[in-house]
Amino acid sequence: MIRFEPRSETPVVLLVMMPVISACAALALALVILAFIGAPAERAAGLLLQGAAGSVFALTETLTRATPLIFTGLAAAVAFRAKLWNIGAEGQLYAGALAAAAVGSGAITLPPYLMIPLICLAGAAAGALALLGPVLLKARLSVDEVVTTLLFNFIILLFVQMMLEGPMKDPMGMGWPQTAPIIDEGMLPKLIAQMRLHAGILIALGMVVLVHVLINRTVLGFEMRAVGGNASAARFAGIPVTATLVKTGLISGALAGLAGVSEVAGLKGYLTSDLSPGFGYSGIVVAMLAALNPLAVAPSAIFIAGVLVGADTMSRSLGISSYFADLVVSLALLSVLIGSLFTRYRLRWIRAA
Amino acid sequence: MNATGSAVPPSPVLKLQGISKSFGALIANDAIDLELGAGEIVALLGENGAGKTTLMNILFGHYVADSGQVLLADGVGGWRELPRGSPQAGLAAGIGMVHQHFTLAENLTGLENIILGVEPWYSLRSNRGKAEARLAALMQRTGLAASLDIPVERLGVGERQRIEILKALYRDARILVLDEPTAVLTPQEAEGLFAAIRQLAAGGLGVLFISHKLSEVLALSDRLVVLRGGRKVADRPTAGADRLMIANLMVGRDVAPERPDKANPGEAVLELADVRAGAGRNAVADLSLTVRSGEIVGIAGVSGNGQQTLAAMVAGLEQPASGSFRLLGTSGDASPSALVARGVGRLAEDRHRDGMVGDMSMTENLVIERRHDQHFSRFGFQRRQAMRQATETAIADFDIRAPGPEAPLRLLSGGNIQKLLLARALTGEARLILANQPTRGLDVGATSEVHARLRRAAASGAGVLLISEDLDELFALSHRIAVMHAGHLTPAVDSAGLGISVVGLAMAGQAGPEFSGCSEPMREAAA
Amino acid sequence: MEAFDILLQSSFWAAAIRIATPFIFGVLGALICERAGVLNLGIEGIFVAGAVSGWLAVYLGVDLWTGVLAAAAVGACLGLLHGCFTVLLGLSQHVTGIGITLFATSAAYFGYRVAFPTVTSPPRIEAFKPLNLTFLEVAPIIGPALGQQTALTWLAFACVILTSFVLYRTPLGLAIRAVGDNPASVDAQGLSVAALRMGALAVGSALMAVGGAFLTMSAFNAFFFGMINGRGWVCIALTVFASWRPGKALLGALLFGAFDAYQVRLQTLAGGVVPSQIFLMMPFILSIIALILVARKADYPRALMKPFIKGER
Repeated sequence: MIRFEPRSETPVVLLVMMPVISACAALALALVILAFIGAPAERAAGLLLQGAAGSVFALTETLTRATPLIFTGLAAAVAFRAKLWNIGAEGQLYAGALAAAAVGSGAITLPPYLMIPLICLAGAAAGALALLGPVLLKARLSVDEVVTTLLFNFIILLFVQMMLEGPMKDPMGMGWPQTAPIIDEGMLPKLIAQMRLHAGILIALGMVVLVHVLINRTVLGFEMRAVGGNASAARFAGIPVTATLVKTGLISGALAGLAGVSEVAGLKGYLTSDLSPGFGYSGIVVAMLAALNPLAVAPSAIFIAGVLVGADTMSRSLGISSYFADLVVSLALLSVLIGSLFTRYRLRWIRAA
Repeated sequence: MNATGSAVPPSPVLKLQGISKSFGALIANDAIDLELGAGEIVALLGENGAGKTTLMNILFGHYVADSGQVLLADGVGGWRELPRGSPQAGLAAGIGMVHQHFTLAENLTGLENIILGVEPWYSLRSNRGKAEARLAALMQRTGLAASLDIPVERLGVGERQRIEILKALYRDARILVLDEPTAVLTPQEAEGLFAAIRQLAAGGLGVLFISHKLSEVLALSDRLVVLRGGRKVADRPTAGADRLMIANLMVGRDVAPERPDKANPGEAVLELADVRAGAGRNAVADLSLTVRSGEIVGIAGVSGNGQQTLAAMVAGLEQPASGSFRLLGTSGDASPSALVARGVGRLAEDRHRDGMVGDMSMTENLVIERRHDQHFSRFGFQRRQAMRQATETAIADFDIRAPGPEAPLRLLSGGNIQKLLLARALTGEARLILANQPTRGLDVGATSEVHARLRRAAASGAGVLLISEDLDELFALSHRIAVMHAGHLTPAVDSAGLGISVVGLAMAGQAGPEFSGCSEPMREAAA
Repeated sequence: MEAFDILLQSSFWAAAIRIATPFIFGVLGALICERAGVLNLGIEGIFVAGAVSGWLAVYLGVDLWTGVLAAAAVGACLGLLHGCFTVLLGLSQHVTGIGITLFATSAAYFGYRVAFPTVTSPPRIEAFKPLNLTFLEVAPIIGPALGQQTALTWLAFACVILTSFVLYRTPLGLAIRAVGDNPASVDAQGLSVAALRMGALAVGSALMAVGGAFLTMSAFNAFFFGMINGRGWVCIALTVFASWRPGKALLGALLFGAFDAYQVRLQTLAGGVVPSQIFLMMPFILSIIALILVARKADYPRALMKPFIKGER
């Protein structure tokens, strides 16, 4: 018989190693599946690694892919810390992207040092607004936010499609449902010549630090954690629970909105309805892999991005579906869930009588 | 009932032999022997942490003993060992248990709860008619009456408990274990329960009665077994035992009965007049109460008679619907944070639910109410050095045993958690202290420390509102006592002139003349 | 007036019932899990996995009913996987559910792509046929509508009755309702909380998977990426709306199907004046409205999302 005993202290090494081991376990499991369907697993692993980090180009691609994941990972981490189950980062990402496109594709023209912050603000506000509805429904009418945020993902995406086929359609787009391009003043600068890596990663890393300070150093972050830890004790201690949840929601939504901004104004240059291959959902994996620790979101996002980019390369060379990457990502989530047990509990083998 | 006097019952049905169980370094049970005879009522006594619950969990198959055996009479003079760690085996062998926290599904009716798990799970229909008939006969025979066809969520505690007992008897229990059965009952309800238990025992049922209420033990049991620190320290007939002797056995040293210090009442710190608040079972009406600085006012009553609402108002979680609620002479903002700022220290009834964020550190739990203080934050940023220092001070002042100020609070023992929460409530200039069930679940040592703190707070000029289900605690601390029943509160009267039985009657809704007259401060408030 | 005439067409009601069928399966499945105290957010992925596996089995040569069984088996396995995390290990039901959805969706998509690496137009199977129960046509409007359904729809109706019977008439149902309210009650009576919850998850998830299989084996005859499109999440909302009762679940699903069929017909009436996306949003907006309507008085199973650890209370 196995017994779980709560740990009084978790060694730092374990805290750091747990996600790494979980991630490796997920990869190994996925490669076993590959071998099972008859693909050369060893070669696949090599290709994956090469595709993710084998060259400067590969590395920049991984960082480029990590950028939106850092934002959505932070969005999930912030919300989950307060036990606000925001599963709607995907929708908030699109809301942010839509706002960025609305503001940035010629409606207003300002010099870059004003234009870029404006676009970011617009996107963040739109993302925050997109989560406000579910949060208010939860706070005022006790409607479960898990389902509403999930459903809003679909509603927002359809709304984006509607705008792309209607008022925001690019007249010069040759009939494609996409917005007019972001004006040059609004584009986030590229960081390395010839590469797609853009300044969005710097904003993302800045947000990592800001969110870390917010969660761990400010009174608001303290209140968010208390509400997440035990809402009724927080209320007893005089913390305004509803207001804290609303603030959490606004911050989380804004972060997810920034993911959309950085994809539109950093990478693509215009908005289409296939902007995100599920960055909102992968953000949850990123956050869980980071154990909801903002500082750990960055490496965690880079790992997931590496898997996604590497799997792309691998599937192209081996002719294996790129859904393989999603499989690895989902396995990483399940592995890290099990891994979290080991940081909270110590396993004891007990001989049954 | 068999004649008391001999320590070994004539026809034993249950034998525990050399039961030992340890959890890590803690030895919960150390070679405990226990026998129970048919028709015998044995009381199992001990302080919290003495090992009673562990022993019962082993008997019932929830834990596996490290060593020792549980033996059951097979009815033909032999003994059969009960398979370990199997609740099913216990149930099948006729061991019925009534837990302190009821194990009833509240969405089901009493009948459904009783037949739950009795019929094979794969059977295609359940024969309710037969079950109803059997239960009707059972209720007739035992005098345990309960409504069986409405969902349990709509029943009172007394009725729920009778369903728990019927549940055990329906399975032909030969042994009935009752864990703190009177914790939720009025003294009168408890008396009814005792009558039923005596009748059951007379019918041949062996009863093991777990309690720490000495008067009940003396009134009900034939024999008493006392545990202390995991060991059996006494096993003797109840006849000839007295309260003080048992108390000394339980605690292991002489216990002097506690009495309140002399009161030194000053100005009123809490004044309620004709307050109405709450809804449903927790509604209160015509609530009038004054607590003055320097005194401890105790509120007696069975849980669920409106104390929750009274506590919620003083804690700032609920506002009165009508009437006047004045704190420290003013009736201003009464939100939790405003109350804290105005000098109200509050201890939550359920400290795990409302008092603490278990995953956060001791430091964070200590400053949570005063997180906006200049001392602990500046421009929205926390001052961790100051927070840590405050915790270290509290740890030293309140003698809290903990790994360190950054340890998650959930890792501390119940007593140490309560000491930290007490430190939180008493720091600053607490003028009014709400102590709601302040020692529930604490061991003797921690209890006496909490009591000492509350006395000291009152002595240094704070008013204390003590809400407790423990009459001993109320009489030990309170200068005045009021009783709450069905949402109404009697006037608070001097505790020195009160007897426990008078308070017990009032808890059942029959307040005697002792409570009718207004005491001095009540008249002042009315004027 | 035209808008009202729609309600009198039996083809409209036939469509309503067809649209409702996967939701009947899904809501029943979610309801069984939640009655036992486990929120199964894996539902969206289990729908996908059921849709792919049932269809694929038939494509590979087994008969239709064996295909349904295959889908159910895959669903049950995913339910048990969910249970390993949430029931046996006590991990977060929210996160596990999302994890199961991500895993089941990606595994199903990946599996489909492994089986058909290059096809551009989706391969087809011989799907369930309408039963053409002409004797039902004596009843106006609704009779022909029912007569045109396939056997899987009738299976859904049967499952409603069966679930209702088991939950309210049998000892097993009693135990399931008890374990979702207070697991200690079940434990104290010598029943296994874990076994009950795992069983409920397996059966409930199997039903969800059959709901997915209905789409590829009855409503359509092929699998498309993205065809589940939030149906699972809608089921979770409808479960709350149905206040965890099989009868109301049927009613809720049919109501939902009717609304959805109605808006599709309105869409043709509206003739391009209103953007099509507005209509496509309707199911999701309806679900949210349904949630808002019942949220205040929703009687959630008391032990929902609370893991049970023996010896701790």
